[in-house]
Amino acid sequence: MRVYLDNAATTPLDPRVLKKMLPYFTEKFGNPASIHALGQEAFIALEEAREKVANILKAPKDSLVFTSGATESNNFIIRGLALANKNEKRKRIIISAIEHPCVREAARRLMVAGYTIDYVPANKEGIVTAKALENLIGDDVLLVSVMMVNNEIGTIQDIKKLATIAHRFGAYFHSDAVQAVPYLNIDIKALKVDFLSLSAHKFYGPKGVGLAYINPDIKMQALIVGGGQENNLRSGTHNLPGIIGLSEALYLAYRERDEYLKRISKLQKYFWEKLKQEIPEVLINGSWEKRVPANLNVRFRYIEGEAILMDLSQKGICVSTGSACSASDLRASYVLKEIGLDKNYLNSNIRFSFGRFTTKAELDYTIKALKQTVKRLRAFSPIN
Amino acid sequence: MSLNYTKKTLEHFLRPKNIGKIVHPDGYAQIGNMVCGDQLDFFLKVKEGKIIDVKFLSFGCASNIATASILTEKVKGMTIEQAKKYAWQEVVDDLGGLPKQKLHCSVMAVQGLKKAISDYEEKQQVLPKVKKTKKKEEKTKKKISVKKSSLKKTKKK
Ligand SMILES: Cc1ncc(COP(=O)(O)O)c(C=O)c1O
Ligand code: FES
Repeated sequence: MRVYLDNAATTPLDPRVLKKMLPYFTEKFGNPASIHALGQEAFIALEEAREKVANILKAPKDSLVFTSGATESNNFIIRGLALANKNEKRKRIIISAIEHPCVREAARRLMVAGYTIDYVPANKEGIVTAKALENLIGDDVLLVSVMMVNNEIGTIQDIKKLATIAHRFGAYFHSDAVQAVPYLNIDIKALKVDFLSLSAHKFYGPKGVGLAYINPDIKMQALIVGGGQENNLRSGTHNLPGIIGLSEALYLAYRERDEYLKRISKLQKYFWEKLKQEIPEVLINGSWEKRVPANLNVRFRYIEGEAILMDLSQKGICVSTGSACSASDLRASYVLKEIGLDKNYLNSNIRFSFGRFTTKAELDYTIKALKQTVKRLRAFSPIN
Repeated sequence: MSLNYTKKTLEHFLRPKNIGKIVHPDGYAQIGNMVCGDQLDFFLKVKEGKIIDVKFLSFGCASNIATASILTEKVKGMTIEQAKKYAWQEVVDDLGGLPKQKLHCSVMAVQGLKKAISDYEEKQQVLPKVKKTKKKEEKTKKKISVKKSSLKKTKKK
């Protein structure tokens, strides 16, 4: 049996999305910037896709910039804002301590441009509290960036509250919402964010295409310059099949949301209950209540996460020890450190991330396999 | 990221040899890596300068387990002096290569074994009676031709 429980790393393309994309590779291959009929056909499709996304996110059409993914969106938002405003007085950027590496790195590299980067902590539950942000913020802050849902532990932040605090001090607010689709309602107006990022492959769309919401009133500097596409904010010929895919995937994700959420919450609960029943000494990382139903991050005492992962992999089960990008990095997860995990636990973690195609039979198989795996590895652990 | 373990590595990971502990070991050592947080414990039983039994416990990654397994398999039956010359590159060779970021696992395993040997040797020095056998062993040392380390063959994957 092959079981894919790494949907936070990426998801398979939904066949319905693929079907929508296919014509834009072949017969409708025109460049939306061309003014002949083929180009204009592509242009219309591009703007329809943008409109579709704008309707879902409740954002004005001209505020949406298509990118190559959330890494680019996050880089663009953080660097593009900082570089456009580098002659202003605000010289501090606050990001949460549990942001994705692309936010951390984009921010860190602004230090050479004279910015100070401060990290607002997350508590033991994996939550960035209003108080924590209030302790740190001041009117010298240009931008606050807090992710909507954490990619490792799946915890949900109160974005509206945090954005309100930022605005009270005249700072802009960005949220990386990559892991939030479709678990949370992304209503840009209601959330009061100035910037937001998405990546299509996290919600059954294609890889290599993403979105940046940019409040059109804010001064930005493009990072990728050239032909002036996307309102001069992101040059380069549009990845039209990808953009069509993103809009369709987002549309389907929210259209089928209610039913999906019911199903996946049940699966998550079932899996966690079963896990606790069948395997001794497993503990959850981060809040259980304030977590998306797609995520379960747990620690298995006495044994190493990578060994568990490899053993499961031999049984056809795909999981992760944290985030996919940190797998090559041997260092323990900074997210788990941040939420105060004891150092003896830092290497014993597995992230299970469920998705649209996860079934109960797959979870039963995984529990059975895990039971063997954990028992085998614990039998020769030096720790007790 | 390339994290393709060889068939041999997976075999040793899935069915490791010499796991467990020795109750009254002649040599024991624990070794850990601060960066990855992994840990290995080695237990030795030595008779007349020869490793007659070796066991290990692991809190580690797949390659940590596999390297300890193949290492213990190899050094069982070796003289202490032969075992001391065993290089991590040979472990990597024996496994048919390791991913670059996993080379340190083999280094750590070999260091752990050597630490256990040192522990054994220190214990010998306190017990003069056994010291004799150590001297004897040193004499014979020269006669043993130790295979050249297969450094050159090491796959730089
Ligand atoms: C929270 C978060 N932000 C950003 C990214 C980057 O997305 P992408 O790799 O598609 O650019 C990811 C995915 O790895 C993520 O989980
Ligand atoms: S990753 Fe450090 S021992 Fe394997």
